[in-house]
Amino acid sequence: MMKFVKTVSLAIVGSALAIGGASAQTKTVKIATEGAYAPWNFTTPAGKLDGFEIDLANDLCKRMKVKCEIKAQDWDGIIPGLTAKKYDAIIAGMSITPERQKAISFSRSYANGPNGFLVAKTSPLAQMPGTGQTYNLDTQKAETEKVLEAIKPLLKGKAIGVQGSTIHAAYAEKYFKGVADIREYKTTEAHDLDLAAGRIDAVLADSVAIVESLGKPEFKDYVMVGPGATGGMLGDGVGVGIRKEDAALRKMFDEAIDSALKDGTISKLAVKWFKVDIAPKS
Amino acid sequence: MDFEFMQETFLRLLSGVPLTLNLAFTSVAFGAVLAMLIALMRMSGVRVLEAFAKGYVFVFRGSPLLVQIFLIYYGLGQFRPTLQEWGLWSFFREPYWCAILALTLNTGAYASEIFRGGLQAVPAQQVEAARACGMSGFLLFRRITFPIALRQALPAYGSELILMVKATSLASIITMMEITGIAAKLISQTFRAVEVFIVAGAIYLILNFIITRLIMALEWWLSPHLRHPPVPKASVEAVHV
Repeated sequence: MMKFVKTVSLAIVGSALAIGGASAQTKTVKIATEGAYAPWNFTTPAGKLDGFEIDLANDLCKRMKVKCEIKAQDWDGIIPGLTAKKYDAIIAGMSITPERQKAISFSRSYANGPNGFLVAKTSPLAQMPGTGQTYNLDTQKAETEKVLEAIKPLLKGKAIGVQGSTIHAAYAEKYFKGVADIREYKTTEAHDLDLAAGRIDAVLADSVAIVESLGKPEFKDYVMVGPGATGGMLGDGVGVGIRKEDAALRKMFDEAIDSALKDGTISKLAVKWFKVDIAPKS
Repeated sequence: MDFEFMQETFLRLLSGVPLTLNLAFTSVAFGAVLAMLIALMRMSGVRVLEAFAKGYVFVFRGSPLLVQIFLIYYGLGQFRPTLQEWGLWSFFREPYWCAILALTLNTGAYASEIFRGGLQAVPAQQVEAARACGMSGFLLFRRITFPIALRQALPAYGSELILMVKATSLASIITMMEITGIAAKLISQTFRAVEVFIVAGAIYLILNFIITRLIMALEWWLSPHLRHPPVPKASVEAVHV
């Protein structure tokens, strides 16, 4: 038995090392996704992974001429798992931020959408200023902060749900800490449940995730409000997370994404899953 | 290993200690009362009460605490209109009370079995001796049965206390920022899981070390009959001669 365990663990270590080398001969790329961030990636009732990123990953792998294994991994441990070589890439709606870039590297972005608030139509928050407008924190920092200042009185004492360890959690912490009660949830599904139950007054999330939630029957009396922000601390869009030393794999993903952007595949997939084209413009 | 970072982490995690202890001790306090009731029901000899106690222990000891927390928080959250009708929503709205409820129900089930063991192990001779002295009913329970049972149950109950301190870590899934919740947040900011979890683990160890010492002190105080008799002074002097 011990011998068997040893052999198996050696085989696992061996294959991890081989993939760690990520040379041009790589046959299998292990990809981690969250599986709970619809419609980016989610688990169907039958237990299969599906969503924008599953389609995208399969398309990118075809372009890179490699075999891909996609598996679900808890969001909290998704970056430590990558650095520990449990898999080779993260395709999980992960925004490219300076914080994360200290730990891992990213491919070029394959999506870029603003954030927003999900609130009940009857809530006073439904009158939030800046609704329908999009701001870029890199180029319009002063304007963005002005409009955020304007919504603070409305948010005073309200409970806002965010998914922990995300740019939305960091954004809420930076702009609304001390104003609103910020509650961190493990998944977007959890904060949606609590919004529907009335434990929290608003959800701060990616606009794409909010559009998805709005399609569910329990949110028929809810709306997306507030100024949508991108850039700055919210990052330069969503990219594939790769270990820093895997420059070759990153280059493969960069080229595959470029070609998928050029022939319109990404726009087509975005419209299919999000109903809006959030393919990056450059 | 970056010790400066670990020191910083330690200080930040300390801010979660009050909530961890609050959750553990509040639920243990409610849970002890509940456990006593369940244990007495279980030994009451009344069939209905016994069956209820057995069923309760079976359900709450047999299912994972994580599932219980999920069901109480997210599950009951689905029945908001009913809960509002019954005036219970202000209780179930708060993650804190949901966590306390789940932990209390859980420890109630475990501790009731510990108490039952303690009560049933009270020697019959001592009860008979008490009866011979004219004690009965509540007086017998208060003076003889309960103190002996408490002393016998204490080692196992100490373990239960430690388990409860660790169980509070599950409250982070319902947005309670206790030690583990803060640790998860720090990891998401720094991606240094090993250092953060080492420090978090060390804090739980320190807390539980203090708790085990307190339980030991209580055990010592409750068991004068097991201590060595004090050494007579004369013999000590004799050694020196």
